[in-house]
Amino acid sequence: MNPWNHDVAKDEKDLVDVQIDGVWMQMPRGLNVVEVAHRAKKFLPHYCYHPKLSVVGNCRMCLFEMGTPKMGPDRKPVLGADGKPEIAWMPRPQIGCATGITPGMGIRTDSALVKDCRNGVMEFLLINHPLDCPICDQAGECKLQEFSVEYGTGASRFTENKVKKPKNVDLGERIVLDDERCILCSRCVRFSSEITQDNVLGFVNRGSHSTLTAYPGKSFDNDYSLNTVDICPVGALTSKDFRFQMRVWFLKETKSLCTSCGTGCNTMIGSREGKVYRLTPRENESVNSHWMCDHGRLNFHYLESKERLTRPLLKAAGEQFPGTWVDAIARAAEGLQKVKPAEIAIVASGRLTNEELFVLKRLAGELGVSQVDTVPHLGQGDKFLRSADGNPNGRGAELLGLSSGGRVLSGWAAAILSGKIKALLVLGGENLISAGIPASTLAKLEVLIYSGILSNETSRLAQVVLPGSGFAEKTGSMVNVHGRLQRMTRAISAPGEAREDWMILRDLRMALTGGNSLHSVEDIWKSMATEVPQFQGLNWAKIGDLGIQIESSAKADEAKLA
Amino acid sequence: MAIREHRLVFKHIDALGYTRDIDCYLKHGGYEMLKKGFAMGGAAIREEVKKSQLRGRGGAGFPTGTKWSFIDPAKVTKPIYLICNADESEPGTFKDRQIIYKDPHQLIEGMILSCFANGVKLAYLYIRCEFTEGWKILEKALGEARSHGFLGKNILKSGYDLEIHVHRGAGAYICGEETGLIESLEGKRAYPRIKPPYFPAVLGLYMCPTIVNNVETLCNVKHIVEMGGEAYAKIGRPNNTGTRLLCVSGDVVKPGYYEFPCGALTMGELIHDVCGGIRNGGKLKAVIPGGSSAKVLRAGETYKIKEKGPDGNLVEKEVKLEDLRMDFDTLASAGSMAGSGGVIVMDQTRDMVECLANISTFYAHESCGQCTPCREGVLWMKKILARIAEGHGREDDPNMLKEVADRIAGRTICAFGEAASWPVQSFIGKFKEEFSLRIRRNGTAAKRDTVSLTH
Ligand SMILES: Cc1cc2nc3c(=O)[nH]c(=O)nc-3n(C[C@H](O)[C@H](O)[C@H](O)COP(=O)(O)O)c2cc1C
Ligand code: SF4
Ligand code: SF4
Ligand code: SF4
Ligand code: FES
Repeated sequence: MNPWNHDVAKDEKDLVDVQIDGVWMQMPRGLNVVEVAHRAKKFLPHYCYHPKLSVVGNCRMCLFEMGTPKMGPDRKPVLGADGKPEIAWMPRPQIGCATGITPGMGIRTDSALVKDCRNGVMEFLLINHPLDCPICDQAGECKLQEFSVEYGTGASRFTENKVKKPKNVDLGERIVLDDERCILCSRCVRFSSEITQDNVLGFVNRGSHSTLTAYPGKSFDNDYSLNTVDICPVGALTSKDFRFQMRVWFLKETKSLCTSCGTGCNTMIGSREGKVYRLTPRENESVNSHWMCDHGRLNFHYLESKERLTRPLLKAAGEQFPGTWVDAIARAAEGLQKVKPAEIAIVASGRLTNEELFVLKRLAGELGVSQVDTVPHLGQGDKFLRSADGNPNGRGAELLGLSSGGRVLSGWAAAILSGKIKALLVLGGENLISAGIPASTLAKLEVLIYSGILSNETSRLAQVVLPGSGFAEKTGSMVNVHGRLQRMTRAISAPGEAREDWMILRDLRMALTGGNSLHSVEDIWKSMATEVPQFQGLNWAKIGDLGIQIESSAKADEAKLA
Repeated sequence: MAIREHRLVFKHIDALGYTRDIDCYLKHGGYEMLKKGFAMGGAAIREEVKKSQLRGRGGAGFPTGTKWSFIDPAKVTKPIYLICNADESEPGTFKDRQIIYKDPHQLIEGMILSCFANGVKLAYLYIRCEFTEGWKILEKALGEARSHGFLGKNILKSGYDLEIHVHRGAGAYICGEETGLIESLEGKRAYPRIKPPYFPAVLGLYMCPTIVNNVETLCNVKHIVEMGGEAYAKIGRPNNTGTRLLCVSGDVVKPGYYEFPCGALTMGELIHDVCGGIRNGGKLKAVIPGGSSAKVLRAGETYKIKEKGPDGNLVEKEVKLEDLRMDFDTLASAGSMAGSGGVIVMDQTRDMVECLANISTFYAHESCGQCTPCREGVLWMKKILARIAEGHGREDDPNMLKEVADRIAGRTICAFGEAASWPVQSFIGKFKEEFSLRIRRNGTAAKRDTVSLTH
């Protein structure tokens, strides 16, 4: 996915001796000094360097003092009393980002010269900087702020007029640029040309007047543009969606997944007081590296939609009225009990977690319902991250035996008309009308129970509506289209009386079959791990923050084609 | 005049009746060296260039034979490119343009020989954009060479193919820095590349091995083929061989371009004997010996230099500015450099504050803006200097200027960082009292508005 991977050693076992701040250690050959320092728990501050972008060495923040083994007249390294090579230090500092380590190299990350270099770079970066931190969105996660505290002097000697540059530049649909804040690190330029191959950003003018801009007549709005807001070390690039909404230090961060397609990019949810403010990609080299698509990133506002279902609804005399959970569950159970199991069909959903699906599987099994399927959501994929499969957990539903990818479901419209299906339990907020079952057909059903987070044409036809939880409101796991099992954690609670879906299913199951063995995610995993071959030997903890590959990507693809 | 010019590269420049067309060049023995060189073979030419001890004339004085030896045409599988750096934009330098305008075929012959020697099949002549006429002249000359079979397929039936394209520069000083030039040639902004890893010899034009040489350097190759490396090395002094084109400007009676064996004459001889002395009977105050980025040297000071004695050992000598030899090693040991051969002479009427402010304005305008210290520091220095020049200096300004310069030099992507800092470091170092005086007088002394605060 990435053309560069500077943080990955060519061979982790090919080690060379290097001296870092006086201590000899072994590090993989060729790894650059920024990465080596990091591994040695030293930090070489840097702005322009990014492990996944080409190295341009323009910020000069990572300057360090470098030495090479001192050579004797016999062209062999001169050894010191400790038996290690003596080091000849170079008078000129070198940049850590572009310097690969070689045997016997000396590295000083903290000498007087290095400190002076950093101090100088900080002073230079700040002289023309507007210093408008109080109104800058980056404040709190700004490398300029951070490093100037760490490596700067505090006072500026600059008393001349600052260079004026454009502010509030509309770079594209989703991004605003403040050129005065830009430190010209070119990360955004390199991201767009190297990672997304969309050459739209560049610099114009020279010297201190250098200015980032979009090429004339072009706008920066490819589906990955917002990643540049993440990698911009300062507040030059801001997301129109997030800017001025919330100070970042107030945000609670929760590890989660994007559920807008089958890739399952790892995310961090930024929330405060029950409200999601932003999603940012969480690094996972096996899935999304440091990136995510704009579509997925911004697809969370629906959690606060006007259509959000916050109370159970019960239909009486053709109209839906709010009711209690007790009544709603009872009405739903009653409805499903009215018909024979063979007359019930369940729309499971590729949007539900494995845990939710597992409770559903138990329920279906105990009831003897065999007609279960999911609604396919085919979208537009791309060559980078975005999968054409719009279901975040379609593969999980398949592995749990609850999905044929829509093949079974395609016969249901006819079955409803012929009276073979009399009751439908719809989960995951699926809208059956857009899935090919017309409203007039749905009207023929004796029982229609709907669970989801938003109201839609289908929910409005249901006798019972059970309000569920959105992705940020639940904890669970999903399997992505490449066969990777991953976890998401709850960041906020569902609004009003809406509940986590697995609880809804648990209560429904209790009411219908008396089954009550599953009380927590851990409980579910205990059973699920024995019943689902691909989950064998796993538990919640084992999945870890970065997930686990449970089948080869090829296998997952094959299953999809079959 | 005691010292006589030794015109090798400039042999025909301004000679009566000499024209730049190929017929005239051929009449004067032109392209004969091509035949000789082809007969010698590429490895032999490279050997002669090494023996000649030729050093690059573009600024850094890097040995050309060594530069070429980084690339072994027998082993390299990628294409090898050669680029002639004709961007000549270092203030005070006006030698390459004489060759381009008045004797273009000499350059082309030198280029063909250098390309042949290094297995180059495609070469570029990167010419400063402002040389509009020069560009047309080169295009015409290349056309003539082509139609005479000196360029193109199977040159002189040797089986060797070569094409040379002229590329017009992008109108910036930084386009002369070799890796900036390469980027520019590739169609991008002339942002110099980091070295390592992008050494032209390894990852140059289109990431292929590339040789970049100055116009004058390439012309010398023709003469080395003609006379042999050893004979060439006898001109000038050891390690400072061949002739040097010197461009003298400023307060002398006869400014202009001259050619002398390297180190054959001293600064004093150049100024007084060759250039007729300081104009208007003035007194020498300072000299910038190698283009505006070279450190200024002050008259009346003595310079400790190291020189090889008759027994071959280094001996230290103290010499006056006027007694400095005009060669690479002497000027370097005096703390400056021979650079691009642009000798800028200043007499006692020159105000050092104005001079430095003027030089700094140039560098602030030309910084490419890629790396932090140069981008921010150079304009800052210019602003401080403009403020001093306008009569608003502060006591600590000279110190601060020096500190800013010290934090640029040696910490940037390319040598522009030094080019912009050396003038500041040296003017303030050598003429500090003049800056202090200007600052003390301030206000009332804000005489000329030669430098504006913004640009
Ligand atoms: C800022 C800067 C500007 C330069 N401009 C020129 C130039 O105009 N012409 C030139 O020949 N070399 C110039 N150089 C030197 C080139 O980078 C390069 O060293 C030279 O062309 C090599 O040729 P040589 O080995 O024949 O001297 C410049 C260097 C720097 C750092
Ligand atoms: S906008 Fe940000 S990422 Fe882009 S060059 Fe400026 S500082 Fe770097
Ligand atoms: S690629 Fe898919 S999973 Fe990743 S952010 Fe986009 S929609 Fe979400
Ligand atoms: S030193 Fe100056 S000219 Fe050279 S790369 Fe840096 S900013 Fe550009
Ligand atoms: S990180 Fe910017 S120069 Fe190394």
